[in-house]
Formats: sequence, structure tokens, C-alpha cells
Amino acid sequence: MPDALLLHMKVNGEDVEVAAPPHYTLLEVLRYKLDLIGSKQGCDKGDCGACTVQLDGAARLSCLTLATQADGREVRTVEGMTAAHLHPLQDCMDKQVAAQCGFCTPGILMAAEAYLTKEGREVSRDEVAEALAGNLCRCTGYVKIVDAIVEASVIMAAKEQS
Amino acid sequence: MAGDFTKKLDGRTEGKEARAWQIGKAHRKIDAADRMRGQLRYADDLKMPGMLHCKIVRSPHPHAKILGIDTDAVMQMDGVHGVVTGKDFPTPYGVIPWTPDENALAVDKALHVGDGVAAIAAISEDVANAAVRALKIDYELLPAYFDPEEALAGEQINPYSRKGNLSKKVELEFGEVEKELESAHLVVEDRYFFEGSTHGAIEPHCAVANVEPNGVLTVWSATQVSHYLHRELAKVLDMPANRIRVIQPPLGGAFGGKSEPFDLEFCVAKLALQTGRPVKCLYTREEVFYSHRGRHPMRMDYRTGFDKDGKIVSVDAKTLIDGGAYSSFGLVTTYYSGQLLCAPYDFGAYRFNSKRVTTNKPACGPKRGHGSVQPRFAIECQLDKGAVALGIDPIELRRRNFIGGETQTINEFKIGSNGFMECLDKVEASSNWKERYGKMAFGKGLGVAGSTYISGTNYCIYPNEMPQAAVQISLDRSGRARIFSGANDIGQGSSTMLAVIASEELGLELADIRVVAADSDLCPVDLGAYSSRITLMVGNACVEAAKKLRKVIVKHVAASWEVPEKQINLVGGMAVDMDDPERSISLAEAFVIAETEEGMLSAVGNYGTRSDRHGEYRGGTIGASPAYSFTAHVAEVEVDEETGVVEVTNVWVAHDCGRALSPMIVEGQMEGSVYMGFGEAIMEEHTINSEKNGVHNAPSLLDYRMPTFLDTPHIESLIVEAADAQGPYGAKEAGEGPLHPIIPAISNAIYDAIGIRLNKTPFSPPAVLAALAERKEREARGEIPPHKSTSAGGQN
Repeated sequence: MPDALLLHMKVNGEDVEVAAPPHYTLLEVLRYKLDLIGSKQGCDKGDCGACTVQLDGAARLSCLTLATQADGREVRTVEGMTAAHLHPLQDCMDKQVAAQCGFCTPGILMAAEAYLTKEGREVSRDEVAEALAGNLCRCTGYVKIVDAIVEASVIMAAKEQS
Repeated sequence: MAGDFTKKLDGRTEGKEARAWQIGKAHRKIDAADRMRGQLRYADDLKMPGMLHCKIVRSPHPHAKILGIDTDAVMQMDGVHGVVTGKDFPTPYGVIPWTPDENALAVDKALHVGDGVAAIAAISEDVANAAVRALKIDYELLPAYFDPEEALAGEQINPYSRKGNLSKKVELEFGEVEKELESAHLVVEDRYFFEGSTHGAIEPHCAVANVEPNGVLTVWSATQVSHYLHRELAKVLDMPANRIRVIQPPLGGAFGGKSEPFDLEFCVAKLALQTGRPVKCLYTREEVFYSHRGRHPMRMDYRTGFDKDGKIVSVDAKTLIDGGAYSSFGLVTTYYSGQLLCAPYDFGAYRFNSKRVTTNKPACGPKRGHGSVQPRFAIECQLDKGAVALGIDPIELRRRNFIGGETQTINEFKIGSNGFMECLDKVEASSNWKERYGKMAFGKGLGVAGSTYISGTNYCIYPNEMPQAAVQISLDRSGRARIFSGANDIGQGSSTMLAVIASEELGLELADIRVVAADSDLCPVDLGAYSSRITLMVGNACVEAAKKLRKVIVKHVAASWEVPEKQINLVGGMAVDMDDPERSISLAEAFVIAETEEGMLSAVGNYGTRSDRHGEYRGGTIGASPAYSFTAHVAEVEVDEETGVVEVTNVWVAHDCGRALSPMIVEGQMEGSVYMGFGEAIMEEHTINSEKNGVHNAPSLLDYRMPTFLDTPHIESLIVEAADAQGPYGAKEAGEGPLHPIIPAISNAIYDAIGIRLNKTPFSPPAVLAALAERKEREARGEIPPHKSTSAGGQN
């Protein structure tokens, strides 16, 4: 086995070429090689969802994804949301005080964005709970996160229509 | 309406939110947007040139003598730069200075599976892990004790213990307990068992150490007690404290799980000193479970005597606490298990006898609601049983026993404001209790419970006459305030709390206030984020500093305008002449006027221990607080009698936090508390397997079940504000109190639903089915009538 593989990915819209050991997970490549530290490691076993990113638009646990599986594909991390203004999801989460320690937040944002983009409509609280069931938060009791995602779904759906 | 707000990247808000930064308004947190953008560096996000990775070798045995460790062979491995063992850390430590009973790594023997035995620093995690696997350690196995009663009769586990395996014993009696019980109209007597549970912060423990060329050791750690860590590092490393700098980076949750020093902090520090290179250690999730320091399992034998009107005449509590291998905060836990029970109800007489026992398990410690969540479960179940036996509505029974405000508990703690009655009123009304309690169909029910909690422990962990909290604020000509505080923001929002207070006093927008926190080189000493102390203690210090500065600004603006000082107000980012509102200047201009006259604008505030809040007896200071919060919960459940599954559908939580400085943050604390307690009631169990050599039964976030989005009940938060004279603007705590009542409220609701009393957590399907089967047998034998006649129908 080679010491390193050369991977080509589009990360947050930019073409990236990165060499990484073959056993590296996508999370390790993002955090260790690309310094995209927004994706967090909470359990390294796919149990908590803190490492959730988007692979070709779908939410994926980057700690369970080998980096080679992302070769030639589009990866989006929480850093990809950054623009001159907060993304509606971030803004709603911020307004609702839905992040306490904020450690699960990047994963929740990635899962929620993938879900709302796919739905393209206002979603209900129950639907959010179902869609986000793979992301643990230990601080908030989820109440304000759900409030924020429902609120953001309205804004995102309106933007899509305009 | 969605969309009518926007936060710009300069931190300013527009539209309806423009003035939301004032006290009591729905403002944002000062640092949450950075967390959301993934840009804040938590401990594991720190990277330094030449940094080594440390892994800790842990004992696979629950109790074993360490005969030898072959460090030489591992040191020969490519990429390994350092190995340390217990011999490198001969000085024992403990967060409580009276019980220093652990070494950074085991010296002569390992006391539980997962106990740290050696630590290795290598060029990468992979190399460090390979070295961990290669390290040869010879052990001699010793008998292990997993049951507290067996441990009490067994050989001493912890070499530093003074009384064998009895870690701590406290017995206190107030009033004539036996006499009152003998003459009571009704005595309810039961045994309760509260299973251990753990914190489960999503961020694992992590620490990084670096030694600068001038010899200063810096330790970045995911800790909630920077100051205690600083002290213990100095002691264990035998270095003067002024050569050590402790920084707490943004923290990914704690809940008490990061409130004492852990092995990794000492290991990275020692390895950095040895190798001269930065060293990082990140716990695996499994290591987090084995490091634990979570909720103590407690077996509680309670007797509660009532008169015929439901007044509590006497309470007798006997508690056996399973402590695990080390003392941790155990001395305090043992006191808290009895001392924090004496409100919101007036006990005619009260006695508790609590024993904490050392066992060969991961040590228990403080988890949210330290020491008092377990006894609260017992007493609130006793009250419910008493109410049913006496035919008194459970909420009414609690009202009849209300201790009141501006009073003293039977154990001589001074209660200030007390909004418990309003809490009861709110949950009663919101849950539609009067129309529904006892009247719902079989399988559905409501339960109530109340509680109290401390707003800071009145005394410091180590005795001293210095302030418990201090804040320094400086202003400058740019129109900005900098707040320096040692307080640990662990996600609860303490830095925002400080900014909100400075904003209130100085009229500054939150966006113009920077908070520098928890860096021992830059900030005043603070004792840390534990015992729900920060809002009250650090908040008071901040008020004092901000008021001093306000006075200085007002003085110089008034002098410059040649008007009386009382005419000047600082509000909305402006200094305003109240008699002539046309005359106003920006605060930046006001600061320029003041800085020109005074030089650098800076002030400090302190908070010191109040000496009149505790009981005058041995132990009477432990559990005494400047102020107490109060909480009431109503829980609604649906129990499936076929499967035994308890679904908690709704929780109404009313919490008296004195004054909600940031209502959204207070609600978040209430919701998070309900969630965490709900998990303990229904699914969480931190247990080790005595059949399998003491390994953890569920050392992962899959096996240790924490509630997900789907599991969590609908939660309705109801803030009650009974302002307390001790708190800043009347504020008391909100982070721990609201957890307590949920567990007994659910147990009591299960009784209302199907007529069974669950006295052991968690309320799992097998426990429900077993209790239900037992009840049905008793019904069949004619001993008791059916719980709810199905023919009566019931209603929702």
C-alpha cells in the first residue's frame, strides 16, 4: 500500500489536491490536512453527528467516510457557509440562541442545510426532529435548534422562489 | 416574523433586534456566531509546529499491582519522543484539598479499568497508538470490589484512604426525628436507587502543553476550572504557579465532567517539559467514559412522616453512595446528598446519614445538580406517595409545606427570595393539572415535583480570605469596553452575561464589548464554572467594576457640560443630558473626555464570601449558598402496558432564576436541564460489568443512550423572577436547578398513568413490566383495587 494517496476534491467550491495516508478518514483530511477545523470529532464512530459534512449535497458522517471515497467529489463543510452575511440557518440559530457550547453546531448546520435544500419548503417541527435524529446535542434539549431550523426553512424556501 | 432580522458580520443588529442587548431582552450570545461559522478553535483545533501527540496507556484490570513497565523498548521505537509513568508524578492531588488521593498516573497499582498507567508522546497519533500497544506492563491482579457493601468489608482499594474503603461519612440531625416519626399520622418508607449517569459533553477532553524558551509552561485545556487546574499543576509538577499559564479555549460542553484536573493535563505538561516540544492529548470517547466523574449511584432509604393535613413532620434519610476509585469532589457530594434537601419544604425534623464508599470503578464526581439530584428523586416520590395516601392533591401538599422566602431552613441555611409558589402555580395552570390529574385514561398520567438549588457554593474549595471572583473592565477612546474575567464560559453563556451587565451599566452595545476570559496570564482569578456560581458571583463583581467606570464617565461628561452629574445618563451608546435630550454625544466621545482627565479608564470589582449565610455547626458551610433557585415541573407520560415503554410527551418547567438577565439563555438552560434529567430518568445508565472484570457496559455514544431529537419531550419553559437581594439585579442560578424535579415528576406521572411506583432509575421497559405484573397480581389477589377502572373511561 502506498504511504499516501493523492486526492482531488472540490471543497467548499474550490478545487483541492491533497495527499493523505490511505487509512485517513474524510474528517482527518479536512481537519489535519486542510485545517478545516469546523467539522468536529465527538466520538469518531458515527454516533454523534458532530463531523457531518455534505458529500455531493448529501449529509455524510465524515468520520465514517474514508477520504478516498470523497475523491473526485464535492465536499461542503460549515466553512463553506461563510459569506458576508450569516447564512439564514446560522442567523436563525444565532437569533434563537440555539448554540450553547456550539460543538455539535457545525454538524447540525450541515445536516439541516442538506435537508432543507432537498425539501425546498417550510418544514414542520416533527420533520426536523426526524431529519436531525442522527445529530446529538447535549446542551440545548434541541428546542431552540428546532425553532431555528423551522424558521430558516421559511426564509430559504422564500429565497428559492424569488 | 421570519426574515425581519439580520446580524451583520460587524456584530451589529438591525431591525427589531436593534435594542435587544439590554437586560431582560432576547439578545444573541456574543460568541455564538463564531462557533456557528466553525472558526473558533476548541482545544483539539489547536495545532503547533513540531507538536507531539500523547496517548495514555490504561489498565485493563479493575485492581492490579504494577510490577514493572518496560519503557525502554518503547522509547526505541521510531517517532516516540517521551514516555512517562506514575513514578514521574509522585505527588498526589485531588480537587478537594482534604482528599488528595490520586496520582496523575497510577504509581503502585491501578484502581479501575481505564486507570492511566503510562503516557507516550510521539510524532503522530498513529505512532503513539502503536507504542501504546507495544508497551509491556506486568500486573499482579488484586481482588476487585464493585459493590459498595462488599467494598466496605474488603481490603483497602485506594492507598491514600484513611478509613479503608469508607471514603466519607456524614451524619447530621436537626430536631427530634424519631419522636416526630413515632407521633406522625402517616409514615412513608421506601428504598430508592439512583443509577449512575455521565455528562456526555460532545467535545471529548483535550489538552495541549507548550514550554516557551523563558521556561513558562502553557497548558490549554478543555476545563471548566482553570484556577483549580492551575493550582494542581503547580503542586504535581512541583513548579511555581507563576511559571504556569492555563488557558481554557472555547469549550464543547462540560456539565461537571471537566471540573477537576484529569490525567491528560499533567501528562501533556510533563511530556512537553521533557521533550521541549508542544504536546497534545485528546481523549477517545471510550476514555471519556472511563474518566467519568459523573453522577454517583445512590441507594437511599427514606422515611417521611406527615400529619393528617400533609405537613412534613420528619424526614429520615440514609444514603449509600458508590464513589468509584477516587475521592474527586466526594467529600462535598456526601454533604450535598443531605444538606441540599431542606427547601422548598419546611421539614419539622430532619436527619441524614450518608456514606460514600470507594470501589474499583471509574470515579464519580459532580454532574449537573451535584449530589442533590438523587435525594431529590427520593423525597419527591415520598411526597407523591404521601399525597395519594392522604387524599391530598400533590401540588396542594407541596403548597402546604412551602418554606417561604426570607427565612432559614432547618439546617440553618438562609433563604432569600423564593418564587416556588409561583412556579407551582405556573406548571399547574399550563399543564391543565386540575382538569387532568388523576382523570386521564389508564396509561396516561401527570406527575409533579419541586426542587431548590444553590447559586454558588458559599465557600471556596480551599480556605482563604481572598475574593471568590474578580472582574476588571477597561474602556478606551475607541468607545469599546474590555472585560477581563477568569470565569470559564463552557457554553452556558457566562461571557455574554458579563457583557450584558457591562452593557446595562455603561450603555454600550454588546458589539462594543470584548470579553477576555479564562486565561490565567491575562485575567483575574476566578474559581470556575461549578456549583452554578458564575452569574451571581462573577456577575456581582462585574456590576461593581462597571458602576465604578460609569461614575467616572458621568463625572467628567457632567464637568465638561457644566451640569450636575445626576443629569447625565449613559444609554443606547450615548451619553445624554436628561434635562436636555438634544445634548448628547457618543460613548466614544464621552470616553475621550474621561480618558483625557483620568488617564487609562479601568476599574475592578470583587465578590467575596458572605459570612452570614450558613449554619453554625461542623459542615454547616457545605451546601450553604448566597441564594437559592426554585423549580417546579409537571411531566406528562404515556405508558404502553404491552411493551413497558414510557413516553414522556410534555414537560412544563417553571424556574425561579431571580431575574433573567438573558431570557433566551435562561430558557436554554431550563430546556437543557429537562433534557438531561429526562435522559437519566428514561435511558441513561453508567455502569460497569462485574461479571466481565469491571469493564464499562456502554463506553460509546451508541451504547450509552442519550436522548436524540426524536426522544426528547416537548418542553415548555416558564421563567419565574423572584429577585434576590444577593444576586446581580436579583439574578440567581438557572443551569442546574431545573434538572432536579424531572426524574421524580416522571416517576410520579407513571404512577398516575398505571399505578406503579418506580423507585429505581432508569425507568426502563423491563422495570415497568415487572412492576405492572406485580401490581396485577396484587389486584388479582384482591389486595388493591384496579388503578383506574377502565369502565370509568377517563379522559385526555
